[in-house]
Amino acid sequence: MKKLKSPGELAALQAEIRAGRDPKKPCITICAGTGCLAYGTQKIIECFRQEIDKQHLQDRVQLRTSGCHGFCERGPMVVIHPQKIFYQRIKAEDVPDIISKTVLAGEIIDRLSYVDPATKQKIVYEHDVPFYKRQTRYVLGMNGDIDPACIDDYLAIGGYSGLSKALSGMKPEAVIEEVKKANLRGRGGGGFPTGWKWESTRKAAGEPKYIICNADEGDPGAYMDRSLLEGNPHLVLEGMLIGAYAIGSSQGYIYVRNEYPLAVHNITLAIEKAREVGLLGENILGSGFSFDIKINRGGGAFVCGESSALFASIEGRSGEPRAKYVHATDQGLYNKPTNLNNVETWGNVPLIINRGADWYASIGTANSTGTKIFSLVGKINNTGLVEVPMGITLREIVYDIGGGIPNGRKFKAVQTGGPSGGCIPEQFLDMPVDFDELAKIGSMMGSGGMIVMDDRTCMVDVANYFLKFLEEESCGKCTPCREGVLQMRLILDRICEGQGKEEDINTLEWMGQAIIDGSLCALGGSAPNPVLTTIKYFRDEYEAHIKHKKCPAGVCKALITYSVDAEKCTGCHACARVCPTQAATGEKKKTHVVDLGKCIKCGACFEACKFDAIKIL
Amino acid sequence: MQAKIQAIISRYGSDKGFLVPILQDVQRELNYLPEDALVMVSTLLEIPLSRIFEVATFYKAFSLTPRGKHLLSLCLGTACHVRGAPLLSGHIERALGIRPGETSPDLEFTFETVNCLGACALGPVMVVDGEYHGQLTIAKTNAILRDLGRKVPSDEEA
Repeated sequence: MKKLKSPGELAALQAEIRAGRDPKKPCITICAGTGCLAYGTQKIIECFRQEIDKQHLQDRVQLRTSGCHGFCERGPMVVIHPQKIFYQRIKAEDVPDIISKTVLAGEIIDRLSYVDPATKQKIVYEHDVPFYKRQTRYVLGMNGDIDPACIDDYLAIGGYSGLSKALSGMKPEAVIEEVKKANLRGRGGGGFPTGWKWESTRKAAGEPKYIICNADEGDPGAYMDRSLLEGNPHLVLEGMLIGAYAIGSSQGYIYVRNEYPLAVHNITLAIEKAREVGLLGENILGSGFSFDIKINRGGGAFVCGESSALFASIEGRSGEPRAKYVHATDQGLYNKPTNLNNVETWGNVPLIINRGADWYASIGTANSTGTKIFSLVGKINNTGLVEVPMGITLREIVYDIGGGIPNGRKFKAVQTGGPSGGCIPEQFLDMPVDFDELAKIGSMMGSGGMIVMDDRTCMVDVANYFLKFLEEESCGKCTPCREGVLQMRLILDRICEGQGKEEDINTLEWMGQAIIDGSLCALGGSAPNPVLTTIKYFRDEYEAHIKHKKCPAGVCKALITYSVDAEKCTGCHACARVCPTQAATGEKKKTHVVDLGKCIKCGACFEACKFDAIKIL
Repeated sequence: MQAKIQAIISRYGSDKGFLVPILQDVQRELNYLPEDALVMVSTLLEIPLSRIFEVATFYKAFSLTPRGKHLLSLCLGTACHVRGAPLLSGHIERALGIRPGETSPDLEFTFETVNCLGACALGPVMVVDGEYHGQLTIAKTNAILRDLGRKVPSDEEA
């Protein structure tokens, strides 16, 4: 491919690609994000290739492997264009049918269509699926139209037009002004205004200036950054290019988790392609602006999502944060002015430049504009990635999009903001979700993980889970975080063991406050949040553990016992077969028993019983 | 070994800033980070061994001891946690006789827990030798262990 030398050449290339494509030609788009690949999608892709070859359809049918579509619950899935017929949970055996019936004859295969559990209606088209219908998918929605390995796909939908617009008609200051006017706030957690950060970095003394894309998505339960980087890497690159031009940077970095091999692969490929066509490198589109990007893989340390720890890691040192008397925008990476934004933030930038700040600011709420991608996971029917305008209520996300709680169980809480966030109880379901509202009730937006919990989730156990996580991930540099989190965890361990004392809740509260006040970085400063919010909203559960030695959710092993419901037990012996300690025993076809002396409470019998006969007390 | 390490370092243009990815590649090549390899990296990159050791022990991805033939990485992200991953962790510990982060003495298995694999729809999820296994139950875990040649409790009874 020859290098593009001007915005005009880019526009010509885009037009040429579009002209070479027949919009009526059937295209089978198959989701090949990490989630769907884990379901065994690779085999299905192979089957499609073989079937297309077998029927000699190479010229008539296109097969596109795309990034994550978002509806992970229903993978493996395909969308057949141009009609956008949606098939879910497909298997390799379904492939010949899909090609001969749907692609060639336009017939709908009922068994592969999605059935709305609420209305029992069969849904044929992707845009009619309630999960998608209620979303506003400006950023993530492109994933379905793009093969991440194919830069032409991105160019065909107008990719890099935002960059071209910035380079050809806008001064760097004007780009910053546009981003400020759009009121874009950082999607990584802090919600700091992006335009202000860019401006500070631009104005800071010192050369070179660096820009970094933070793809160290460490919050457990959040995977939107992975899906964007995997599914639409050129969007992130375009955002970074625009940012680099505005800030006056010629060197960028992408710091990405090593646990995301596919994201690393796709972004590496995208960078090579962009260099090939002259969208990265020297004198981009003939503008005189030069910029290139290096990729750094993380080493599996949560703290490296913190800006100064991330810089240390890129510099080849251990990821310890430092005190921030001086802002990163003045002295960041290698002590040079550095602008750090997260993947999703960069992904929003081309939209703002293409469609204008006024359009962008009209989405969402006054102080939280645009859309936000959440990963809706845990005890929820429709697990997946959800992009919604800021200000939507939690109830709409959990019930209208998420389809509610599985198995008819009762909603208890949503955990947002990862280990730095909090648990939000039912009473706030109608609260609008944006940066400020979440902060008001003691949680935070974080990177957008939303873990739904039902009545079988123990809030004390969840708080303990996060403390264990943070205890392990604390870099150990400052005492309040290193020792404080440990001490809080020991208290919670005791409570979960049934050894809690009356004064424990009080101790946790003041200790939590001390850690918040005394820690060096945001990891320590927010570490007590999961404990403090669960105490605030679920104090009764703590009291049940401490005073009555009971775990109402039936989770904390020391406080529960397994027993057999004689009326429900059919004597099928399934429990006895899986019991690792021979505690569950009985003759076949007779009521079984659990010997509490031998029982190690592993839960194997509970899981194995098909008749609900194992009770947790 | 020296040639391999030299090749890896050259790939990164001997840039000291790429110490973490360099060590990752060395580990991928050698299965773990033996002392000799760390000394070599230190000499070639002209970084003091103490700093290499600091980095190699700070990041979870690195192992200074040999790892097993099979690597089991169980996700303990929040979504997997609320869907019962801790029970599976206990089960695997008992079946393999090792704790998370350890390697079985016969060097067959390394069992580790990881924070989030970003495949939450499949929770609880475990990656076994690079292959994802989703919606895990104790029964499915037993099948995986059996495939890898390890006896599980119900086998003994049968």
